[in-house]
Amino acid sequence: MKLHLKIWRQKNRKAQGQLVNYTLENVNPHMSFLEMLDTLNEQLIVNKEEPVEFDHDCREGICGQCGVVINGNAHGPLENTTTCQLHMREFKDGETVLIEPFRAKGFPVKKDLKVDRSAFDRIISAGGYVSVNTGQAPEANTIPVSHETAEAAFDSAACIGCGACVATCKNGSAALFTSAKITQLAILPQSQEERKERALKMIAQMDAEDFGHCSNTEACEVECPQGISVLNIARMNYEYNRASFLKFKK
Amino acid sequence: MNTLSRKIVMAATGLFLCFFLLIHCLGNMQLFMEPEHARLSFNAYSHFLTGNPLVKMVSYVLYASIIGHAIYALIITSKNKASGGTYKKDNRGRASKWYSRNMGVLGTVVLIFIVLHFQNFWYVYKFGQIGLDANGNKDLYAVVVAAFQELWLVVVYVIAMIALCYHLVHGITSGVRTLGLFHPKFVRWVNIVGVAYSVIICAGFAAMPIFIYITNLNN
Repeated sequence: MKLHLKIWRQKNRKAQGQLVNYTLENVNPHMSFLEMLDTLNEQLIVNKEEPVEFDHDCREGICGQCGVVINGNAHGPLENTTTCQLHMREFKDGETVLIEPFRAKGFPVKKDLKVDRSAFDRIISAGGYVSVNTGQAPEANTIPVSHETAEAAFDSAACIGCGACVATCKNGSAALFTSAKITQLAILPQSQEERKERALKMIAQMDAEDFGHCSNTEACEVECPQGISVLNIARMNYEYNRASFLKFKK
Repeated sequence: MNTLSRKIVMAATGLFLCFFLLIHCLGNMQLFMEPEHARLSFNAYSHFLTGNPLVKMVSYVLYASIIGHAIYALIITSKNKASGGTYKKDNRGRASKWYSRNMGVLGTVVLIFIVLHFQNFWYVYKFGQIGLDANGNKDLYAVVVAAFQELWLVVVYVIAMIALCYHLVHGITSGVRTLGLFHPKFVRWVNIVGVAYSVIICAGFAAMPIFIYITNLNN
C-alpha cells in the first residue's frame, strides 16, 4: 500500500518545527506503525536526508517508550493501544497520515517526534516508592494481602507511563499517570507509612512540572493503552484530601 | 494553591449551587398553582426569603459561591490553556463528551443568564417600582407574569436551562469525583442520580416561563 505522510520535523527544543510531506510506497499492511517509520528512515538515509527521530524500545506494548499523535489521536486510531502495537492494516491505501509528537507544556519536544517525558520520572522520584530496610528479603506472607487488593493494585500499576493521557488531555494534565502511581501503593499495606507524604509530594511535583488541572473529561482513560481507570484520579483526590486533613507540621 | 485544591473550590462552590437550585426550584413550583392563589403564596414566600436573617446569610454565601466559581473557572481555564497542547490535526474529541470539554462556554452562558435573571426579578424586587398584593407583600408574581409575556425572554430562559442542564450533568459527577469519591459502586450511583437531578431541575425551571407564557396567551 501507498501512504502520504505529514510528519512534524523540529531540529531541537528551541527550533520552530513544521510538517514535512513524505510519500512511502510498498508499505506492508502487516507492518507495525514503527516499522513503517523505520522503512521511511531507511529511505531517508539512502537519500542522504536526516532520519525522523522517534522514541521506542520494547515494541511489545509494555515499556511505554513509544508514542506519537497519529491523525489527531495519541497512539493513533485504535483505542487502548500503543503506537508499536498499531498495524498499517488500520490505514487505507493512499491515505494521508499526519504524525505529530505528544504535546503539552510538561512535555517539551526534543526533536521531531521525540518528547522529553522526564517530568514523569521526577514525579515518581518525589514519592512513588516504598522505603524498605535493606538486608534479607522478608517472608512474603508476613503481611497478608487479599487477592482483590492485589489485583486492584495491579490494575493501577499497569500504567506504562507513556504519556498518552497528557497528550490527550486538553489541559495537559498528568492526573491519570500520577493518580495511578499513587493508588497502586496507597491500597497496599506495605506502603501505609509514607501514604500521606507520598500523595502530597507527588502531587506537588506534578504541579511543579506545569501539568494542567484535571477537568474529568475522561478522555485519558479512552486513549490510555492500558485502560487505566479515571477512578484512580478520584482516588488521588481522596488521598490528597485525607493527607491535607491529617498532616501535621513537624 | 495547587491544581487539586483549586478544583476543590470549584467542586465545593458548584455543588453548593446545585443544592441551591433544588430549593429555588421547589419554591418556584408555587408558580404552577391557580393564578390568584399563586400570587399570594409566591409573594409571601418572596417576602419571607428577603426578610429572614438566616436566609440572608445563606444568600451571601450564594453570591460568594457564584463569584468564586466564576473566578476560579477563569484561573483554572487560563492555566489549562497554557498547559495543554495543540495539534495541527486534532481528533481528541472522540474520547470525551462535548459538554465536558466546554464547561467554560456553558458556564459563561449560565453566568450571562444569571445577570439577566437578577436584572429581571431580583433588581426589580429590591430597587424597582413594584405594586403590592392583597396581603401587602410586594407583588413579584405580577412582575414574573409580565416578564414571561415576552416570547424572546421565554426562549432565552429555556436555552439557558438547556446550557445549565449540560453544565450540571458534567459538573455534579466531576465535582463529587474531585472531592474524592472513588468507589465504583457509588460513582455509578452518583452518575445516575446526577443526570436525573440535572434533567429534573432544569426541566422544572424551563417549564415555568413556558407555563406562564401559555396560560396567559389569551390575556
